[in-house]
Amino acid sequence: MTNDPTGSGAVRTEALQRHFRMGEATICAVDGISLDLAAGGFVALLGSSGSGKSSLLNLLAGLDRPTAGAVIVDGRNLAEMSGEELCRYRRHRVGMVFQAFNLIPTMTLLENVELPMRFAEMQRSGRLALAREALERVGLGARHAHRPSQLSGGEQQRAAIARALVNRPSLLLADEPTGNLDSHTGSEILELLHESNEQFGMTVVLVTHEQALAERYAQRLIFLADGKVVVDQPNVPTSRRTVERGPQSEGPVPPRKVTS
Amino acid sequence: MKAGDLVELAVRNLRESVLRNSLTTLGIGVGVASLVAMLSLGIGLQQLANRRLERSGLFDTIVVTSRRSLRGFDRRAYGNGQPSAKSRPLDENARLEMARLPNVLEATPDIRFVTEFHYQGKPQLTMVAGLPPSARDKDAFENIQGQFFSSDTADEAILQIQFADELLGIHREPGNPSSKPDANCQALIGKEITLSYAERIPSPNISEAQPVAGNPPNPPQTPPETSSDDGEPAAASFSVVPRERKLRIVGITDQDPDGIRGTSGARVFIPLEMVENLHIMLPSEMRESEPNFSSVPTYLSLSVRVKDPNHVESVQDAIKKLGFNTFSVLDATRNLRRGFSGVDLFLGIFGSLALTVAALGIVNTLAMATLERRREIGIMKAIGASDGDVKKLFFAEAAVMGLVGGVLGVALGWSIGRVINIGTNIYLRRQDLPAENLWSVPWWLVAGAIVFAVLVSMISGLYPAARAARLDPVQALRYE
Repeated sequence: MTNDPTGSGAVRTEALQRHFRMGEATICAVDGISLDLAAGGFVALLGSSGSGKSSLLNLLAGLDRPTAGAVIVDGRNLAEMSGEELCRYRRHRVGMVFQAFNLIPTMTLLENVELPMRFAEMQRSGRLALAREALERVGLGARHAHRPSQLSGGEQQRAAIARALVNRPSLLLADEPTGNLDSHTGSEILELLHESNEQFGMTVVLVTHEQALAERYAQRLIFLADGKVVVDQPNVPTSRRTVERGPQSEGPVPPRKVTS
Repeated sequence: MKAGDLVELAVRNLRESVLRNSLTTLGIGVGVASLVAMLSLGIGLQQLANRRLERSGLFDTIVVTSRRSLRGFDRRAYGNGQPSAKSRPLDENARLEMARLPNVLEATPDIRFVTEFHYQGKPQLTMVAGLPPSARDKDAFENIQGQFFSSDTADEAILQIQFADELLGIHREPGNPSSKPDANCQALIGKEITLSYAERIPSPNISEAQPVAGNPPNPPQTPPETSSDDGEPAAASFSVVPRERKLRIVGITDQDPDGIRGTSGARVFIPLEMVENLHIMLPSEMRESEPNFSSVPTYLSLSVRVKDPNHVESVQDAIKKLGFNTFSVLDATRNLRRGFSGVDLFLGIFGSLALTVAALGIVNTLAMATLERRREIGIMKAIGASDGDVKKLFFAEAAVMGLVGGVLGVALGWSIGRVINIGTNIYLRRQDLPAENLWSVPWWLVAGAIVFAVLVSMISGLYPAARAARLDPVQALRYE
């Protein structure tokens, strides 16, 4: 595992398994998946619900441990890490975006975005500046003092992306980030993920069941069913083309202004 | 996570469910308050008893007597030109030496003798005692009618109430010991009383007593034969001259003459220095086998007063090293102290009961919070919180509740104690008793109560915090 050719953000799984016991039955949520995700890529995991895509994502995030097999990120096997090491991995290498946004409702946007840096024990002054900057990048600079409940779904998801990116992870994992959003807002969110992928060069793994959306942004489409990879194909993102073709009635919004 | 961040997050989390957390905190406050109120009363009562004991003069006083009767005592050489003395005399030099010992307030001779008084021509035989100025603060003279001696050399006397009654010919009910000086006794104050005594004159030239003229009720005492078998110097002979002294009655005390006081049995009190200057021939001096008739006065016993009862033992040892016998009522205080720590313990346990209930409240509140904040805990773990961070956060919340509850409780307990104290004093005043401070909140009780509250809260937070830390983030984030 040490001679991993790829650089920061490269992910490899080897015969990865994750089984759950439900009474007598054993559910194979992830059943022997071997993948090689290049650093800096934009990969979409597709499949119906229960296909194991979220379970795979949790394994990649280090939130869950595999029953068997290995998850190798930047040359290190997550399965062999201690709890403390996994926590540090999540803190510094991974950013997560969820379908339910998962902002902490009692905190303002700024505090939500600042929270990962608190866990990373950063200095307060640097923290606030970075959190503001991250919120401005997703277009929420003016709303940093609002609580999540005062924002629309799209705005909440943008704040969640700001939080996921604030520690500059090498791996961004998005679990159905558009699931709770209308298609227009969903496109905005994916556009934002796409931009971040291009700008910071982190690997993006997008879990979705909307194939059309995945085809617009992902460079690779992986279809899962019953915990196994059924189709693994490269894809040419169509988003560039749509942008080049000019705005459409329900097409993606123009690229968001990026503060430098 | 850094400690500052931890506390900040804990406080903001607590403020999110204000009602529940303030009720829990109030519970801790009430628990601490009951503890503080109980202990402050216990400590206050103990201090009150200690003050009383100190003023009684029983527990800070050591009675010193000579070791003359003891044989084979290896005494230190004492350079007053008496090589034949078997042990050291209890004289003025010894008294000064004792007064210089550390923690000794004063060393006063016990002068007490039976003599005759005349009031308006009628003789009365009674016990008289010399009082040092420090006796003013003893409780024996707390309810004095009139006043204490104006100076230590004044020709003044304080009478015991029963003696005053006898002088006036009043007969009180024997079953009524709590008789106070009344208007009859008041009439005695300012009057004169005549003290008859025998003065010892250490002059070798006076071989015969010279009765003072005009003293019919005073038969001249015969000078005792001085032993000269071991070659005493000529100064060994002395004369006894009967004398009289007019004293003004300044006060009347209701002290019980038969109580176990330093001045037990005495019914008339006169200033100590004044009585010393009278050079009264004391009965003890007649018993001496080797009387010291030098100019240095010798005493039968001395009372050594120490700063506080804790020093009694060390001072007693020091005096024993000087070569004297000592006696104190130290053991009695020891038992008393043990009794009071038992009372404190009981009050403490009683007060802690409420705090235990409050601790269960913390467990409940935080355990509910882990359920309610399941998702939040999952999110925190997903974005990089370690199990330890989550645990510490819940711990910090418990500690903050404990701290706020502790401070609140100390304030509340302080107020409760104060109210009880005020109430008791109102009652005491109605009963015509002097006000007493039976409530005390020392700084260590304040600090201890707050620390204890924080500690109890953190122990209560152990289980909820461990539960929160164990939470599986995948499970916590799964359901919507």
